[in-house]
Amino acid sequence: MNIEAKLGLDVFKIDKERHITIDVEVCNRVCTDKACLYVCPAHLYEIDDQGNNTVNFEGCLECGTCLISCDHQALDWHYPRGEYGVQYRMG
Amino acid sequence: MEKVDCIIVGGGLAGLSAAYGLASEGLEVMVVERGDYSGAKNVTGGRLYLSPIRDIYPELWESAPFERPVTRELVTLMGDGASTTIELASDRFATAPHQSYTVLRARLDQWLADQVMEKGGMVITKNRVDEILMEGDKVIGIRAGGDDIGADVTIIAEGVLGLLSSKVGLREQPTARDHALGYKEILELPSSVIQDRWHLNEGEGAAHLFMGEVTKGMMGGGFLYTNKDSISLGIVVGMEAMRERTEKVESHTLLDAFKELPHIRPLVEGGTLVEYSAHAIPEGGIAKVPKLFGDGYLMVGDAAGLALNALLTVRGMDFAIASGFYAARAVADAKNRGDCSAAGLAQYEQSLRSSFVLKDLETAKEIPHIMENPRLFTHYPQAVSGLLEKLYTIGPHPSQKLSSTVIGGVRKDFMNARTLKELLAMRKI
Ligand SMILES: Cc1cc2nc3c(=O)[nH]c(=O)nc-3n(C[C@H](O)[C@H](O)[C@H](O)COP(=O)(O)OP(=O)(O)OC[C@H]3O[C@@H](n4cnc5c(N)ncnc54)[C@H](O)[C@@H]3O)c2cc1C
Ligand code: SF4
Ligand code: SF4
Repeated sequence: MNIEAKLGLDVFKIDKERHITIDVEVCNRVCTDKACLYVCPAHLYEIDDQGNNTVNFEGCLECGTCLISCDHQALDWHYPRGEYGVQYRMG
Repeated sequence: MEKVDCIIVGGGLAGLSAAYGLASEGLEVMVVERGDYSGAKNVTGGRLYLSPIRDIYPELWESAPFERPVTRELVTLMGDGASTTIELASDRFATAPHQSYTVLRARLDQWLADQVMEKGGMVITKNRVDEILMEGDKVIGIRAGGDDIGADVTIIAEGVLGLLSSKVGLREQPTARDHALGYKEILELPSSVIQDRWHLNEGEGAAHLFMGEVTKGMMGGGFLYTNKDSISLGIVVGMEAMRERTEKVESHTLLDAFKELPHIRPLVEGGTLVEYSAHAIPEGGIAKVPKLFGDGYLMVGDAAGLALNALLTVRGMDFAIASGFYAARAVADAKNRGDCSAAGLAQYEQSLRSSFVLKDLETAKEIPHIMENPRLFTHYPQAVSGLLEKLYTIGPHPSQKLSSTVIGGVRKDFMNARTLKELLAMRKI
């Protein structure tokens, strides 16, 4: 089963307000490693057609790995507001 | 500003344990949890070691929604194309009182929240705390959903990321070197299949850990725990180890590769995948435990880095529950004496020091350094499995004497200066 299908099994309550914002300018200017692209267990980071880093925050598992692994403070990351985000039924 | 005796930031096991203790003492306690219910945001491997905490809240555990007591312990050292499994079937582990149980957090945490409410504690879910309110160095309460709520003591139980407490300088921000990523799948299987597959008596459970190839040699390992009618199958991998590896691996692919291994496939065969989850794990050990208390506040559980990965045993939930218990006692005493300053709450750290929580973390203080050695996850699993594979091999050519195969293998892989130095270092564990 691919990762999108796996995420499809989880319960998400999606907020209009995004809880992860990328400072793309920092990614482009200083980051060579781009750890977020491979550390994220939900595989949500992707470089778009314009060469800019993007994150599909709607499938976020809220583990914080991207935040901890980014050495360049390029992420504005906080938990989704109460009532939103992933809701594990098993955990 | 509205005010209560004690506010608890985060309704995971640490926060709920503190709340249960305080509510039992008749204090006015309010837990604020961002999930739709307690456990909605929480992930563990997992098994809860009950032995260290059985005697705190002894009345509680009888009704706890545990999955299975662990009676079979397995560990697999995975080399490249060959792996070695060691199994411990202990009569002692199979006899009540059982030392550990597999658990699922959405069930366990909700149950504990119910127990808190039965004792008269408030658990407010679906609410994110946005800020810890300070007055100088003193914590005076929280801000949530635009409202300020004051408290004599605020217990910080927000978990591993410590977003709010690091923002106001009560601890440092988490770093990749001191944290691992854990993620897992829940695969449903009928209870009878679980018992057959893992050779278990009815109701008993197995815990199986994996080291080596499973993380492509990166610090960490795989785990498999049997629940009542599902298994938890997952991976823990060091965040720094992922970044240090020359050939990068997308983390999510490790779990798929794990499931596809010829000796794992039959274990997960027929399982229905029902959930995929991920969470960070503190692995910095005692060196990274922040200041545990100050004026008007205490830190408990993962928020205070109270977790211990000692390769064969992974612990955090028992530390969370115990730290919550001692925090509740300290707050109740401080309230009685009318002194909720740092001095009035200092008893908390003393009781953690004389309990297993800080004692076990102190005993294990060298483990984080030893685990940073990548050879633990590459060389050793490979060397053990490689040697055994040789011993079991009958090839087309005349065989070597058994003793020279063993001596040759041991000499090559274990009797060299580097390995001996590493083994000496391991004595410190
Ligand atoms: C994959 C994995 C495997 C593990 N295996 C084991 C194991 O086998 N055995 C073991 O003992 N331990 C294990 N651990 C560790 C264990 O799960 C943790 O140590 C334990 O969950 C810590 O509990 P806690 O209550 O401190 O934190 P958490 O369970 O993280 O609780 C924190 C709570 O605070 C809430 N919260 C956070 N911020 C806010 C906010 N701003 N507002 C409101 N609420 C907030 C969260 O929603 C959450 O409910 C494992 C961990 C992982 C990830
Ligand atoms: S690791 Fe940080 S700086 Fe680098 S690409 Fe990702 S978000 Fe940008
Ligand atoms: S928090 Fe975890 S799941 Fe969410 S984007 Fe970051 S790494 Fe991915």
